[in-house]
Amino acid sequence: MSAPRAVTYQVRRSAPRPALLAAAAAAVGVALIPLVYLAVRTAEAGWSRIAAELFTVRVAELAGRSLALAAVVTAGCVVLGVGSAFLVTRTDLPARRLFAVLAALPLAVPTYIASFAWVSTVDGFEGFWPAAAVLVLCSYPYVFLPVAAALAGADPAQEEASRSLGRGAWKTFTGVTLRQVRPAVAAGALLVALYVLSDFGAISIVRVETFTRAIFTSLNLGFDRTGALVLATVLVALTALLVTGESLSRRRGARYARVGGAGRPPTTIRLRAMRWPASGALSVVGALALGVPGFSLMRWLADGVSRPGSLVEVAIAAGNSLWVSLAGATLTLLLALPVGLLTARAPGVAATVLDRLAYLSHALPGLVIGLSLVFFGINVAYPLYQTQWLLALAYAALFLPLAVAAVAAAATQAPPVLEEVARSLGRRPLTVFRTVTLPLTLPGIGAGAALVFLTCMKELPATLLLRPTGMDTLATTLWTHTSVAAYAAAAPHAAVLVLLAAVPTWLLATRTGVLAGRDPAGREIG
Amino acid sequence: MPIFPRRAALAIAMSSMLVLGIAGCGDEEPDAGSAAQTSDKKITVYSGRSESLVKPLLEMFTKQTGISVEARYGDTAQMAAQLVEEGNRSPADVFFAQDAGALGAVTKQGLFAVLPADTLNKVPGVYRAAGGEWVGVTGRSRVLVYNSDLVPSEQLPKSVFELTEPAWKGKVGVAPTNGSFQAFVTALRVQHSDARAEQFLTGLGANDPQIRAGNAAIVSDVNSGKIPAGLVNHYYVYELADEKGVSPDTLKARLHFFPNGDTGALVNTAGVGVLKGAADDPDVRVFVDYLLGTEAQTYFADKTFEYPLVSGVAAAPGLPALASLAAPKIDLNDLDTLAATVAMIKKSGLVT
Repeated sequence: MSAPRAVTYQVRRSAPRPALLAAAAAAVGVALIPLVYLAVRTAEAGWSRIAAELFTVRVAELAGRSLALAAVVTAGCVVLGVGSAFLVTRTDLPARRLFAVLAALPLAVPTYIASFAWVSTVDGFEGFWPAAAVLVLCSYPYVFLPVAAALAGADPAQEEASRSLGRGAWKTFTGVTLRQVRPAVAAGALLVALYVLSDFGAISIVRVETFTRAIFTSLNLGFDRTGALVLATVLVALTALLVTGESLSRRRGARYARVGGAGRPPTTIRLRAMRWPASGALSVVGALALGVPGFSLMRWLADGVSRPGSLVEVAIAAGNSLWVSLAGATLTLLLALPVGLLTARAPGVAATVLDRLAYLSHALPGLVIGLSLVFFGINVAYPLYQTQWLLALAYAALFLPLAVAAVAAAATQAPPVLEEVARSLGRRPLTVFRTVTLPLTLPGIGAGAALVFLTCMKELPATLLLRPTGMDTLATTLWTHTSVAAYAAAAPHAAVLVLLAAVPTWLLATRTGVLAGRDPAGREIG
Repeated sequence: MPIFPRRAALAIAMSSMLVLGIAGCGDEEPDAGSAAQTSDKKITVYSGRSESLVKPLLEMFTKQTGISVEARYGDTAQMAAQLVEEGNRSPADVFFAQDAGALGAVTKQGLFAVLPADTLNKVPGVYRAAGGEWVGVTGRSRVLVYNSDLVPSEQLPKSVFELTEPAWKGKVGVAPTNGSFQAFVTALRVQHSDARAEQFLTGLGANDPQIRAGNAAIVSDVNSGKIPAGLVNHYYVYELADEKGVSPDTLKARLHFFPNGDTGALVNTAGVGVLKGAADDPDVRVFVDYLLGTEAQTYFADKTFEYPLVSGVAAAPGLPALASLAAPKIDLNDLDTLAATVAMIKKSGLVT
């Protein structure tokens, strides 16, 4: 059988279909609800108030510290994520599959659980660097997962060409391999950076003064909603900065898709003497990211005498968590589909603008998103207020970019020529979508759904504000118990939350292709 | 093919925002007037106090009165923001808040109805709103918690101002982002002056304070000896003893009530307000009166170790009586100048 052909398509700048464009615009409109809310409330504050809140040394310091934290954590995640992705996909590391799962699993641990574990384990664990460490350990899977998938799926032909032209292994890695996965690295890094800006769990427990914390302080200390919201506008500005930066780093134009045949396995590098140090390093990272929280949860259970009301309480909360996360993930994916397809199939100004707009509220803390949906529910969608549907809408506003990225990546990989053939054979657009596009992008959609699902499960501030009255999820029961220092009662809720979130995380790990069987001999170089 | 015009893309983006914006500013009239005048045996309570504390009490209430309670739990400050955002369309009938400041914030937006005089009169005048929009349910005193191994009782300070002296350098736990600490600072400004309060905060900030996220963390660290002392509310020691399953007097963490009306012994309150839409709901009145009745007051004294505010109900064993405390003579209604306090705390460097 001949080697699969690598086909390069020059992207055609075709005008998007009006229906797709309208659907994408409506979807992005949901993600923009928080911005409309911020605009309304900020305008009410008046210019002098805005100036008094924003043009201060403190705001400059906070912005600087937030950006510095985002930069440090992102750099850490890129090193850790790309490093471990490379080790599990391209080397003869022992127990590669185990390490691939270990590298994905930290995604299941909410930062508030990880931070609390660290603070209660290590004396004096507070400030900028400890917070950065916890955030790196919790968020490097955002880089690991897409990069591992890209490395596992990348066509080895280019690397072979580079090698045959006399470049060494290292030069080939930096000159060819890294370039191939650069979009995956950039996309993961952007998610990490935006996550760090929005995070409240880690920074409040490990105590570092960032913008998000200042927003909460304004509200909790002064009952000052307006001040908090004016501060939040700065986060939107910082996000615009980061999103633009990531856009500029992208290369436009060509995209690559393989038609026919299964891809060949990528080349494998022999680690030789580095085998054990490499697996040792990954073990240490795994122990820090997963072992410390696990150990800490067990100690919560052992130390206190408070007990959860009953297993029924945990089961009900778990059921609710699953249900609202499922609703949230489904709605988010439905909204992400047109945006992702538009980005992949009709790239251009409209697609780019919509895709970037979807990110704008992604760095806002859940509290601000929650309040904006309270505003939306009260004034626009009163029948939905305090129902799980409005909560699902909040999840969509929060996590739309995660799903859009997954859909766009999947659609980009599916060769458009198949759709064109179907269309040329007389199929209607909707039929083409149903019979060709959807099956091709389904795995990517599944990955996006899993990611959004587990992120919904971990979400707390918006859930507290928007959940139906009387409904508890694992995140809220965990909050209820920890807020009165009943850690032993909280432990089962935390454990179940992490275990349930681990299921979609495991699915994500399998999606990277690392877990799939591979000829163990591989082809070796080095 | 022409590139999709930039202007069209922008127009679409803007119009989708506009639609949402216009809808958001819609002038739908709130249906505040449609409050139930007759009993439907159902009320909705927003509780900024914890579920583990409030839920058993609500169950007792329902059992006794047949009125079912839909309870929504959250953080007091965030719930106040939610109520203000909901305005007159709030599904809430009652707001049960952890802190007088949050009740004040909702009062200022004109969302609370004035409570009947016979309800207000159940608690001493200092523990309710000047305009009668909210009433205190329980009281809590600010104290110095200290580790009995690390701080001999003869070295305990007579005034909170002593904590800025070199003897206490690096020894005092403070939770500057905590609402109770902030109320205490406001009280300093009211009882003394802005200048004196600022001087205290600057002195505290320069004395290497041990910053913690909340009272519970301070009490836990004092008990384990990580820090010798800290400024907290009185009941956290009892909570810690409860969680450890031991009697409070076996803990290393002990309470010191500042004497002689020192601001360090401020007594603050948790309380309730009734939303305007529920002003005439008889079930809501029954609920507020229940909170101020013997059963609920005893429950709080036993479970939370807070001070009952209604006369005739005793405080938890081991606590000095509320009347015996040398609390500072401060009107809680004067503690509503939060913005200035916040600015002062920020300026002191306790929070950056």
